[in-house]
Amino acid sequence: MGEIKLPEGFVTYPEARKKAFLTLKKMKEEGRRIVGVFCTYTPWELIDAADAAAVVLCGIGDENMPAAEKRLPKNLCPLIKASYGGAVADRCPFFYFSDMVLGETTCDGKKKMYELMSELKHTHVMQLPPGQFGRGALEFWKASVESLKDDLEQFYGITITNDRLREAIHLRNRERKAILDFYEIGCLKPSPISGYELNTVITSNEYAFDINKKIEALEQRIRELKDLYEREYKGKKSRPRILITGCPTHGVINKVIKRIEELGADVVGFENCCGPREKKDPIDETIDPITAIAEKYLRVNCSVMSPNPGRFKALGEQIHDYQADGVIEVLLQACHTFAVESDSVRRFVTEEKGIPYLSITTDYSTTDQGQIDTRIGAFIELLS
Amino acid sequence: MTHYIGIDIGSTCAKTVVMDENRNILYCLLQPTGWSSVDTAESINAQLSELGITPGNSVSVATGYGRVSVPFANKCVTEITCHGKGACFIHGMNSLTVIDIGGQDTKLIAVENGMVKDFVMNDKCSAGTGRFLEVMANTLAVRPDELCELASHGGNTSISSMCTVFAESEIISLIGRGEQKENIAYAVIDSIAKKVASQASRLQYASSAICLTGGLCGFSYLRSSLSSLLGAPVLAGQNGRYAGAIGAALCAAAVGK
Repeated sequence: MGEIKLPEGFVTYPEARKKAFLTLKKMKEEGRRIVGVFCTYTPWELIDAADAAAVVLCGIGDENMPAAEKRLPKNLCPLIKASYGGAVADRCPFFYFSDMVLGETTCDGKKKMYELMSELKHTHVMQLPPGQFGRGALEFWKASVESLKDDLEQFYGITITNDRLREAIHLRNRERKAILDFYEIGCLKPSPISGYELNTVITSNEYAFDINKKIEALEQRIRELKDLYEREYKGKKSRPRILITGCPTHGVINKVIKRIEELGADVVGFENCCGPREKKDPIDETIDPITAIAEKYLRVNCSVMSPNPGRFKALGEQIHDYQADGVIEVLLQACHTFAVESDSVRRFVTEEKGIPYLSITTDYSTTDQGQIDTRIGAFIELLS
Repeated sequence: MTHYIGIDIGSTCAKTVVMDENRNILYCLLQPTGWSSVDTAESINAQLSELGITPGNSVSVATGYGRVSVPFANKCVTEITCHGKGACFIHGMNSLTVIDIGGQDTKLIAVENGMVKDFVMNDKCSAGTGRFLEVMANTLAVRPDELCELASHGGNTSISSMCTVFAESEIISLIGRGEQKENIAYAVIDSIAKKVASQASRLQYASSAICLTGGLCGFSYLRSSLSSLLGAPVLAGQNGRYAGAIGAALCAAAVGK
């Protein structure tokens, strides 16, 4: 079985969370504002402009299920259950430190869960339209962005200026570019970085609250990796290259992402919200900031949108750019939108792109590791 | 002479096949897996030693869910690849659709030009697997092969649920209602065949040549039931239950070279 090569001083995602907890405690004691967030649809720039830190509350960990299942159905997405379970059982320090929670009406499970969450803490739920292209969709969403601005101003007793918004947009666009460049290291063949490390760095980075420092650290690592590629990887044979698509994977990083690499393939890219999905698409810095924010976030290609053609375009580009040999779609149990869309994804990947496709449906427990290993192992064998 | 050994440790039975350099099958060994795959692997090793086959004069590949528990194997290969290769060998074909009904998994494998192109497996649920049949046979106080034979004389009954535990309670209700044993047996086989057919519809590159491997391949009524749902004859070859082990032995031959 293959060992994954990790750099010295590598910090795992759980370790990064633990460290972030201490940072956050200090920030809270210093009187910093903290807003808990979930999705790629969240306009981080508004939170930045309110001088608040955004902290991701997306739940991981099977241990959060019993508390969640007191109020939520057992057969529900594990991410939603873990998020609520961690909050209600006081197990999630990030929820605990958040002044307020910001959610969006993305999938049905999440938006109904936010109703329960609002019993615990002030929860602002932004109303998303069900599609990106319908008449009035953008106006509707722009009004949601304005409501969020109003609520942040009222909640904190502040005024969010257009100048602050423009600054925030500029900084986050720089961050987007740095994150995108980091992901695109995976386009190199063979890739000088494991997908496990790549994914861990990005998800852990959500807990790096100093954005300038984060950009610097990423740029530094990109230089190191490019150098490493030139010295040790260039011209060598590549293992089968896997592109991940589907649901968020930070909660199954050990049971799926790491296992793929231990079983003999390289995870080179992510076409999901743990990947460069929204990073490729900067915010327009030349127009009114609220309009620019609304336009940008409505373009996010999540399966909650119907129809969702942007995802297929992005998937096709990534298969090409990352030189993928196969696509593995990770579906979290009871995620209807991605599960239904998976049939179109399978046909797109196998028929239009002509490479093999595997879908794995799983949750945050470890009970199906044997079955998952067999599927992944057999998929890698058919690529080899 | 170098021996090529394939060891398939399934959830119910462990199958071992020994081939010579010309890919002739010399031995087929079968034993229950029991509760410990490690003990099973040791027992296989002892049997092979008695036949004069040692790691020194052989190459072995392990497969099946217990594949990681065979310390003397030169390599592990998943049962999907092994069943694909083994079924092609048994049937002398290069392209075919393999249905393997195992103890805990039902797998459908599309093989094209000797290579696995696609596969579908059941999820955590054990419906449509060998274990499902075993549980239902126990409830009806017959052996699995007897259940299959009984089913050929029944009809007009169905069990709606695809979960083993719920299906068992449905059968208990049918027994309580005084339903004929043949008809209940029919419902069980029908439910397995429908589950397999539904999985088959998800398979890409499916070849119209279909074969059944695994412990149930000798059950002719199950095969005819599958044939009518899939619209093509479902073949079963000699040594069908050894398909995984045969495939593993073929992989061992490839490793050896």
